[in-house]
Amino acid sequence: MSAAGRVLSVKRVAAFHVVTLVAPGVAERFRPGSLVALSVGGAVSAHLTRRTFPISAVRPTGAHGGTVEVVLDAGADAGAAAEPGVRWLVGSPPGTPVDVLGPVGRPYALPKEPVSCLLVGEEAAAAPLFALAERLRARGCGVHMLLGARSDTHLVGVLEARRAARSVGVVTRDGSVGASGELADELPAVLARTAAEVVYAAGRIPTLHAVAALAEEHGAWSQTALDVPMPCALGLCQACVVPVVGEEGVTRMVRACVEGPVLRGDRVRWADLGRVPKDAR
Amino acid sequence: MSAVDLGTDLAGLALDPPVMCASGCGGTGRELEATGDLAGLGAFTTRTITLDPRPGAAAPRLVETASGVLWETGGHNPGRAAFRAVALPALARRGVPTVVSGAGSTIGEYAELAGRLAGAPGVRGLEVNLVSRNADAYERRFCDDGFQVTKVLAAVRAELPAGVALWAKLAPGGTLPELARAAAVGGADAVVLVHGFAGITFDPDTWRPSLGGGPGLVGGPAVLSQALRCVWDVHAAVPTLPLIGCGGVRSGRDAVQMLLAGASAVQVGTWLLRDPSGARRIAVELAEELRRHDHTRPGDLVGLGHHDTPEGPR
Repeated sequence: MSAAGRVLSVKRVAAFHVVTLVAPGVAERFRPGSLVALSVGGAVSAHLTRRTFPISAVRPTGAHGGTVEVVLDAGADAGAAAEPGVRWLVGSPPGTPVDVLGPVGRPYALPKEPVSCLLVGEEAAAAPLFALAERLRARGCGVHMLLGARSDTHLVGVLEARRAARSVGVVTRDGSVGASGELADELPAVLARTAAEVVYAAGRIPTLHAVAALAEEHGAWSQTALDVPMPCALGLCQACVVPVVGEEGVTRMVRACVEGPVLRGDRVRWADLGRVPKDAR
Repeated sequence: MSAVDLGTDLAGLALDPPVMCASGCGGTGRELEATGDLAGLGAFTTRTITLDPRPGAAAPRLVETASGVLWETGGHNPGRAAFRAVALPALARRGVPTVVSGAGSTIGEYAELAGRLAGAPGVRGLEVNLVSRNADAYERRFCDDGFQVTKVLAAVRAELPAGVALWAKLAPGGTLPELARAAAVGGADAVVLVHGFAGITFDPDTWRPSLGGGPGLVGGPAVLSQALRCVWDVHAAVPTLPLIGCGGVRSGRDAVQMLLAGASAVQVGTWLLRDPSGARRIAVELAEELRRHDHTRPGDLVGLGHHDTPEGPR
């Protein structure tokens, strides 16, 4: 599962960095929604834990062997104190050795029938949705996309979306492109227009919460990809637990890295994230 | 020169290699099985089990520190009934010697837990986690009071079938030699040194404690020297008591240091979170180190660091 990989390239896309790694064995088993966990800082690093990211694309074979790609937010524009591991990854020259664990996690569940699907993506988190769109189209599903960001410089994949989807909606907080506001503001109209039966979402927690609630109101299933720190990505350390309601109505603390990251939106107790509900077992 | 034999008799329990996973760092066993790393362990130590299920602490339960991690799971576990029904039979089927870590909030709970789990198939030992608050003694931790340590171990011992090893896991602290002696008096076959070191960190964005539960415990290479000192102090005071070194081990050389300080076996914890194959590699490296110094058995090294004229490289 864990393999010696290396950095192939680091490229800028909008305000983000696309890091491509040579990673034997990941591409073959990749399914949209699954994750890759990277060691950072090299063999003598004081940073012991892994950095876990959604896989945005894979290439099983090529001049360099199998590759895997992640889109990272190093906070370049916001002036935020970027996480040191992410900073190291985006600053790594080609050839830098990186231990690669993956793919891990439960991917997006695909519908059995060729139904209408809406893919909602926020900023860099939207990148993995294009591989999903491809698989949905292969099943005959109608694919619609709604992309959002704080501004046009943080918008990822609009051109790609126009190729991949029947319809594309764009919303920015500052109104620099598309509608002005939050993804959640646009969602009810898009749900009605597309008659989506399944909504797939990737983004910040408040966005996922809103998408799950609106999808349920609309009568659609939602599949939400949680992006929380996953220091081991093996299911061992329990850092990433979230309260989830099971089939029998009992809340359990489940590990987002192995039981997620994709969880049914109506099962996650969004208001209780970061807490242990009193009735959890 | 004869070949290196890592087989170790730890107070009646055969460990080969003398490298195990530390409690809580091997999950249910299924996670390490998925990576193919369960079979490489001399023994599998489970997460700490209690009589009733516990939902644990709020997330995040683990964050990185310099060369280590800060963690607090809040004792998350499925309870002894679900554990015995699901995780334990799976471990027994894999044939990996299983040591069940258990805790309670009264002496009676410790004893009941031992009675319900120690006889299950596949259980070779019980690791009594004494870092638990005593509901009958003003919520004081069992591990801070030698009298309570002896009483817990004696109560658990009485419940154990013959052939099941009894270990006591203690927390770092100034009176460790006395506490270890108290565990031996209560009937412990070996003492596991040591539980995590108390710590706390703060989030740079929110300025709140980084862990969901606030304070936590530090593990990983950051604490190796301190864990070695705990082993050293106890071995110096009670040289006949078998010890299991736990804290920051990530290489065969670290394992050698644990042996030199006085441990007979080691547990690997935090490092498995980074490298699930770590225990297997550490065992291979330990054998290489022994070979390099012309030794054939890990037992040759136990406590060697205490001697005035240690047997150095020949």
